[in-house]
Amino acid sequence: MTMKTDRLIKMTNDISDFFNAEPDKEIAAEGVKSHIMRVWEPRMRLAIIAYSQESGEGLSELAKVAVARLK
Amino acid sequence: MSINKEKDFGTPASPATTMVNLEIDGFKVTVPAGTSIMRAASSIGIDIPKLCATDSIEPFGSCRLCLVQIEGGRGMPASCTTPVAEGQKVITQNPRLAEVRRGVMELYISDHPLDCLTCSANGDCELQDMAGAVGLREVRYNPVETHLNAVKDTSNPYFTFDPSKCIVCSRCVRACEETQGTFALTIDGRGFDSKVSPSQNQPFMESECVSCGACVQACPTATLMEKSVIDNGQPEHAIVTTCAYCGVGCSFRAEMKGEQVIRMVPHKDGKANHGHSCVKGRFAFGYATHKDRITKPMIRASIKDAWQEVTWEEAINHAASELKRIQAKYGKDSIGGITSSRCTNEETYLVQKLIRAGFGNNNVDTCARVCHSPTGYGLKQTFGESSGTQNFDSVMKADVIMVIGANPTDGHPVFGSQMKKRLRQGAKLIVVDPREIDLVKTPHVQAQHHLKLRPSTNVALINALAHVVVTENLTDDAFANERCDVASYNKWKAFIADPRHAPEAAESITGVPAAEIRAAARLYASANNGAIYYGLGVTEHSQGSTTVIGIANLAMATGNLGRDGVGVNPLRGQNNVQGSCDMGSFPHEFPGYRHVSDTETHELFTSAWNAKLSLEPGLRIPNMFDSAMDKSFLGLYVEGEDIAQSDPDIQHVHAALRAMECVIVQDLFLNETAKFAHVFLPGASFLEKDGTFTNAERRISPVRKVMRPLAGYQDWEVTQLLSNAMGYPMDYQHPSEIMDEIASLTPTFTGVSYKKIDELGSIQWPCNDEAPEGTPIMHEHEFMRDNGKGLFMLTDYVATHERITQMFPLILTTGRILSQYNVGVQTRRTENVAWHSEDRLEIHPHDAEDRGINNDDWVGIKSRAGETVLRALVSGRVQPGVVYTTFHFPESGANVITTDNSDWATNCPEYKVTAVQVTKVSQPSKWQESYQNFSETQLDLLAQGMSHG
Repeated sequence: MTMKTDRLIKMTNDISDFFNAEPDKEIAAEGVKSHIMRVWEPRMRLAIIAYSQESGEGLSELAKVAVARLK
Repeated sequence: MSINKEKDFGTPASPATTMVNLEIDGFKVTVPAGTSIMRAASSIGIDIPKLCATDSIEPFGSCRLCLVQIEGGRGMPASCTTPVAEGQKVITQNPRLAEVRRGVMELYISDHPLDCLTCSANGDCELQDMAGAVGLREVRYNPVETHLNAVKDTSNPYFTFDPSKCIVCSRCVRACEETQGTFALTIDGRGFDSKVSPSQNQPFMESECVSCGACVQACPTATLMEKSVIDNGQPEHAIVTTCAYCGVGCSFRAEMKGEQVIRMVPHKDGKANHGHSCVKGRFAFGYATHKDRITKPMIRASIKDAWQEVTWEEAINHAASELKRIQAKYGKDSIGGITSSRCTNEETYLVQKLIRAGFGNNNVDTCARVCHSPTGYGLKQTFGESSGTQNFDSVMKADVIMVIGANPTDGHPVFGSQMKKRLRQGAKLIVVDPREIDLVKTPHVQAQHHLKLRPSTNVALINALAHVVVTENLTDDAFANERCDVASYNKWKAFIADPRHAPEAAESITGVPAAEIRAAARLYASANNGAIYYGLGVTEHSQGSTTVIGIANLAMATGNLGRDGVGVNPLRGQNNVQGSCDMGSFPHEFPGYRHVSDTETHELFTSAWNAKLSLEPGLRIPNMFDSAMDKSFLGLYVEGEDIAQSDPDIQHVHAALRAMECVIVQDLFLNETAKFAHVFLPGASFLEKDGTFTNAERRISPVRKVMRPLAGYQDWEVTQLLSNAMGYPMDYQHPSEIMDEIASLTPTFTGVSYKKIDELGSIQWPCNDEAPEGTPIMHEHEFMRDNGKGLFMLTDYVATHERITQMFPLILTTGRILSQYNVGVQTRRTENVAWHSEDRLEIHPHDAEDRGINNDDWVGIKSRAGETVLRALVSGRVQPGVVYTTFHFPESGANVITTDNSDWATNCPEYKVTAVQVTKVSQPSKWQESYQNFSETQLDLLAQGMSHG
């Protein structure tokens, strides 16, 4: 795992921690996805998608759900 | 051009709306009730002689020069302290008045040096003017004892105090009290012994004086005089411009002699500062002509090489060819740039335009990333606009002021003085801060509540305040239901009412007693007008955006929005942070905070700029560093920022900069970032350019060129040259054309133009058809969100990743000091170092004693990211378990120890929370030794280049 991937995991989990306050996890997952889509540069999105598909280790439950919805 | 002195009406304007009619010397005049006779006379061009009166402070009535007679009245009242009355008939000149005035002046002059021809105030002395005005022709007294041999105090680096010229009018004392609120000056002694005394008869530099210049400004003689005037003589013309330091954005008159700035005088008509200033804006402008300024472009192949001075054409062509080479080799997205909050709106706009249209990507970011990006996010989500809601003057209507994570008297001193004035009038104060800032207890001001929370627990505290408001029915339901999204309000109320947010639960997290939180919440919620002001102590956390949202929730729930005296007010750090964000500096937003993927906006800019634009967000600054390390981002254009000092986890930043193939720095000095650069393009200071700055209250103010750019070009011209060399044509003749383009493309700026700014002095955006003269207070009728409704959001507290352990048992937090500015590039090159010549580590006496640390000891500060060494300052201002430092000197290495933790929404670094251990040491850290070697080498490479240039 490169340092950059490490950081992307941390960032994804931090975003998910905020949206976890939302009791409806469907809305929460859309919130995480939408936030990443709005502010992450494509290279970062591709990297986290690839990592999630590869193992996803270290990503929180909500983060995994949200990353699976990214494109 | 002329010096065109500002008119002094003698006493402040009355705010009354009822009018009074009177007659002065036979002329009819109508003025607001409460106006002094002196001011009423002055308003129709009748200047009554005066010495102790000036319109920046309340009248005092001591000099007895402004006496008048009122028909039907007794005696000769002082016109400065006598208010107008309906039908009054005033006589300002007659033989009796003239005789009394001459007598008064004769007494003054009998104890005043008669060295007018060689006096520094010659040409700008009210005493001299009054002697002329009253027709003083002789002084009959020959006093046995005088003050003529009183010793001059030259201790302040910027002004002198010559008591031999003092007439004890108390203007300086009153200015220090009323305008600045420091109360450093007093009149000591009685009768003949009366004299102005800084603190306890101490020299100015040893007193409590903060060198704001208010006393110098108020002095009618040469008693308090700028050293620059003593050295150079009186200025001969003045140009109104805007300060380039903090986000208050003070208006100044640059008083000039040719192209030399003699002094910067706060502009009375400045709507942000009303004629007040601080030590930075008033005096610390010498950096602009400092010997370290680099005025010739330079290039080099590697950072191991000596710099080579070249022509502008060579430098620009080299920079463009390198950027094109990198793009050809590594792809279009392998380069980007950073705009500056110290540059003008027009310059910032041009840099982001160059990157989006010329580079063909959205890899543009700005230093707001590391300060107020959470403000942009949080307020955009909740209120619909990324800005504060009020003007500064709104604080004068606030009844309860809550200051969260801000230190206005140091960071935003002129606004801090205005806030203190309101607090002295009786407004209540709540301070939320881990440290005892000056506002907690300062002359005639004491906070009702100081919520001394642990760093990193803001969200828990804000939630607890909101919990009290909701569960004790202190909400303004009428406001929330009418003005906000009702579904979100109800959902939030249910969320925040949960016992996990109660003060009793928050106490163990924040360290603040529950009863104190409850009392503070009740005070804020029950205020007629409750206003929140916050700073980087809110934003620079891993939950910075969450706290901003929590603050917005609290203000909406209590109805403290949309009118004078209330609001959510981020105190922006740098002069143009607001503007640089407005101008589209973020990688996901065009100017006006519109997303790059928004089809309509994308088409608008594609058409206007005649370029193919990316629909994808670009890299943020920390993402750029990460991408440099994996070799996918290798070219960077940095305008006016010093990321190699200001950004966190600095060893990672330095490694990233070393990994890049072309770093282009455009700056005044060889700053820390430039030591890693391959191209240096000389920048222009704020004194050398035209443009605009936008302050923390959204006020767009003029920046005007008072001298020619030392390197030949203003910064916008340099960007234009680079753009043309990159193959994207730009052909602006003047920054006003750039502003016209901004206005044509940005809905909140459609009414802005240089012509209107000149007419109005300044404009607060939004300025458009609905608000042709601007908008002092936002969200008065509806919020700026698409549906016009404020949005409540859920804000759970999430503990930071940064944990204290046995190995790192203390929390380090960082801040600023009054006399220095950010990374210190400017202020370190001024006499301001007399107040602060090094960064110190504040440590509580208990923590110091545990470690055997005394004041002034060298201490090592070690975190998970790195280690540095500073001298200790043992202080009760910090709480046990917390240490504090500033970051104004690069050798301090404050950012060697800060970590890569950042705000979840914006990646704003968590500067305010670093777990550390502190130990007594005897030598600098390895990083500091290494930095010193690197820095010395780079300065040597600079010297080699310059000598061979």
